[in-house]
Amino acid sequence: MTLRPRALLESAIEWALFFCAAGSILVTAGIVAVLVFETIAFLREVSIVEFLFGTVWTPLFSEKRFGVLPLVSGTVLTSLIAMAVALPAGLLTAIYLSEYAVAGLRRIVRPVLEILAGIPTVVYGYFALQFVTPLLQGFVPGLAGFNALGPGIVMGIMILPLVSSLSEDALHSVPNGLREGAYALGSTRMQTSLRVVVPAAFSGISAAAILAVSRAIGETMIVAIAAGQQPRLTLDPRVPVETMTAYIVQVSLGDTPAGTIEYRTIFAVGMLLFVSTFALNLVSTWLRNRFREEYA
Amino acid sequence: MISARYAGDRLLSSLGLLVMLLALAALSVLIYDVLHDGLGRISWAFLTSEPSRRAEAAGIYTAIVGSVYVIGLTALIAVPLGVGAAIHLEEYGVRGRLSRIIEINIANLAGVPSIIYGLLGLGLFVRALRMGPSVIAGASTLALLALPVVIISTREALRAVPKSLREGSYALGATKWQTIWYQVLPAAFPGILTGIILALSRAIGETAPLVTIGALTYVPFLPRDIWSPFTVLPIQIFAWVSRPQVAFAQNAAAGIIVLLVLLLAMNAVAIVLRDRFQKRLS
Repeated sequence: MTLRPRALLESAIEWALFFCAAGSILVTAGIVAVLVFETIAFLREVSIVEFLFGTVWTPLFSEKRFGVLPLVSGTVLTSLIAMAVALPAGLLTAIYLSEYAVAGLRRIVRPVLEILAGIPTVVYGYFALQFVTPLLQGFVPGLAGFNALGPGIVMGIMILPLVSSLSEDALHSVPNGLREGAYALGSTRMQTSLRVVVPAAFSGISAAAILAVSRAIGETMIVAIAAGQQPRLTLDPRVPVETMTAYIVQVSLGDTPAGTIEYRTIFAVGMLLFVSTFALNLVSTWLRNRFREEYA
Repeated sequence: MISARYAGDRLLSSLGLLVMLLALAALSVLIYDVLHDGLGRISWAFLTSEPSRRAEAAGIYTAIVGSVYVIGLTALIAVPLGVGAAIHLEEYGVRGRLSRIIEINIANLAGVPSIIYGLLGLGLFVRALRMGPSVIAGASTLALLALPVVIISTREALRAVPKSLREGSYALGATKWQTIWYQVLPAAFPGILTGIILALSRAIGETAPLVTIGALTYVPFLPRDIWSPFTVLPIQIFAWVSRPQVAFAQNAAAGIIVLLVLLLAMNAVAIVLRDRFQKRLS
């Protein structure tokens, strides 16, 4: 009979732990519920066609227009610039560390690059606004104080460690037999790296790149600080733009009462942001799993 | 002929090295720039003064206290939940459909942009639960943000505990929970702690979700209790960066130095713990 309370306690603990784990599903459900609830309220007043395809975004002005495309173009522009920096630089770093560098260098460089990834984004925002933009103004004519170029480049530096460490993992897990085969056929190290190892790791590298894109479009503080807050449908990197994330920050800083259409815009924009990052993350996970299966 | 064949090789390796050095140079320049702009503003008065509309008199006292409050409370919420969830997934882990769904879900949550957590906090804690833009609302929001990181790193720490430890405990007649509580958790403790510190050091630098739930940018008073409005160090930095005057930019740089030192200290503790952990298991 003394066993009973013990067994009872055991199963009580197991259930408590289960609820902790299941709680994580509630978080996702909460995100979806909050976004859907406010977005539906928003779409009752604004047609979805105007929201998705309109080219003027002025919800905070007296003449309100709700076309989200200027925010989307701001997001795409800054993310493209970030990827133009992070993808080649991250991939080259990964190839160098995985195929050329001695193991000792790898052990030093990786943690240092991880520091880059651990710096708070508000610090990068300061760096973009106070250092990189003034520096660029020296040789980019017509570069405004707030622009897409400076924060885009800084964002690229921020996500570089993500690209390099995930790509390096992918390159590293390519079996050595492939490399040895290439060498045996007389390839140089470069030919082996670029024509055998990189193609073999392609799905792993794509997974890293897609995750980086998702990180870039969700990044907030760098663009909120340094890209300006002017929604503008343009791909000119020299003028102030506003991203989806920066718009949410801009509205949050003001005193927008709950229940108004201005308040609901941030949830509608958040919904768009959530759906796009979620889709990218899913594709990235799928690619990574496929890559793992290839070499498991 | 030989040298021509290897020219491409040399080109690729020097390009790789160059890019890597450039990335490291960017890190050095960032740190140099911040130190150059802000070191002159660091003083005891800066650390212990309340914010002010005059840049020279402004300090980060309320922001630091706010950060400590919020992160402390974040830890209180996220650590039991996260460690509990990790224990369930790793030790009990009924390899059923539900566990699989929970696992995929946690991986996805880790990739959700932090500002989306801010919108969740705004809709759920601030509005629906009527917490207002308070310390508890901020801490709950950051706790949800930190949760996936805590779970993932705790699971890694638990996985590193050798199976023989569990089997020995079972052989002596211990129950599942006794084995976990007296054997597995103590063995995994440094690893778990490392993960928690890393998760919290990420949370302490977060700005966007707290701005979204409505944390204030100008708070000349300390939080009295968990229902008080608050600010944190990154928000104070953000507020200063957004002002055009040079003196406020210097304040922002000084605030950044304090934030980076804080993060460095937390990471140093985590690294020391990880080293001790690895030595003991090997």
